[in-house]
Amino acid sequence: MYIEFLAFWLPLKQSPLFWLATTLLAFVAGQAVQRVCRRSPLANPVLIATILIAALLEATGTPYRTYFPRVEYITFLLGPATVALAVPLARNLRQVRRSFHGVALALLAGSLTSTLSGICIVWLLGGSRAVAFSMAPKAATTPIAMAVAQQAGGVPALAAALAIAGGIVAAMVGETILRRLGVNDWRAHGLAAGVAGSGVAAAQVAPRDGFAAAFAAVGIGLNGVLTAVIVPALSLFWPMG
Amino acid sequence: MPTSFLVLVGCQIIGEVLRRALHLPLPGPVIGMLLLATVLAVSGNDPDDDVEETSQLAQTANALIANMGLLFVPAGVGVIVEFGVLRQNWLPILAGLLLSTILGLVVTGLVMHHVSRVVESGRRRLPLLASQQETP
Repeated sequence: MYIEFLAFWLPLKQSPLFWLATTLLAFVAGQAVQRVCRRSPLANPVLIATILIAALLEATGTPYRTYFPRVEYITFLLGPATVALAVPLARNLRQVRRSFHGVALALLAGSLTSTLSGICIVWLLGGSRAVAFSMAPKAATTPIAMAVAQQAGGVPALAAALAIAGGIVAAMVGETILRRLGVNDWRAHGLAAGVAGSGVAAAQVAPRDGFAAAFAAVGIGLNGVLTAVIVPALSLFWPMG
Repeated sequence: MPTSFLVLVGCQIIGEVLRRALHLPLPGPVIGMLLLATVLAVSGNDPDDDVEETSQLAQTANALIANMGLLFVPAGVGVIVEFGVLRQNWLPILAGLLLSTILGLVVTGLVMHHVSRVVESGRRRLPLLASQQETP
């Protein structure tokens, strides 16, 4: 019986088909859990799918270096998906031009705060340079955070995890904190979600208000660009050891 | 679908070529995004218009963006590989993640809120001030 199971399992474990199917299944399960939890930001489908796949790899004794090459084309699509952000960016550019001063200043201040505070906190608490430069671009949308981390000497996988986790933090606490500070302007809520929490946080505010959605899209796009300029520049001040 | 996907991948390739040729600090897909956004904005083609190619592009783009979460999963699983880094650096990682995310959020929200209030009240107040100065 066991031999038969192995004869079935061993080739399956090597096939891209199996890992594509399980990755899709895990994500669909994550989406279902979020629907059941009334779209709570706590039930993030990316987080759930990642934990499920990680548990499956652990249970089957499959190393990550076996899993990743078999689903690498999924990650490859992050490139075209990043280019695709041009569409909401172009669409909202006209609406946002009216608030040009606010958007420009808030974006610059928010982006510098995220990247610099990320590097400084990691450095002050004794973290390594690789961790600091995985932390620095985490507010940018995940594909940009990964590419920027790689370029600046961080760890792309860690940057992706931090970008997703940071997005969840921003989605969970963003609106409460900003309201407590007297911010009752949906444009500011949307922009802050896009700049500090990219897609995950934007998905939380976008359905609540049209302005929030437009400003979140702009925040994601422009902060991605700004982060890609700021972080490699900052990395020059901390040479690789 | 194939045409709009070609547009996206084509912009990515041009972005990659430009990055290498000009030694730009931006990742290739970001340069591609900027190029496409510029083309869309300059051509004045609203991607939501009924023009067939652009609406196809909007559809493909929206589908990719709406399901972007799935694309993060294989990389997210890579955190297991970084478990060593995570365990050794858990305090800076946790503190940096929470504090810098909230700081970035608060600074962006506050600056946006107050600058647009000042700019808009300025727009309203200027004619008001002018008329007040005229009265005495």
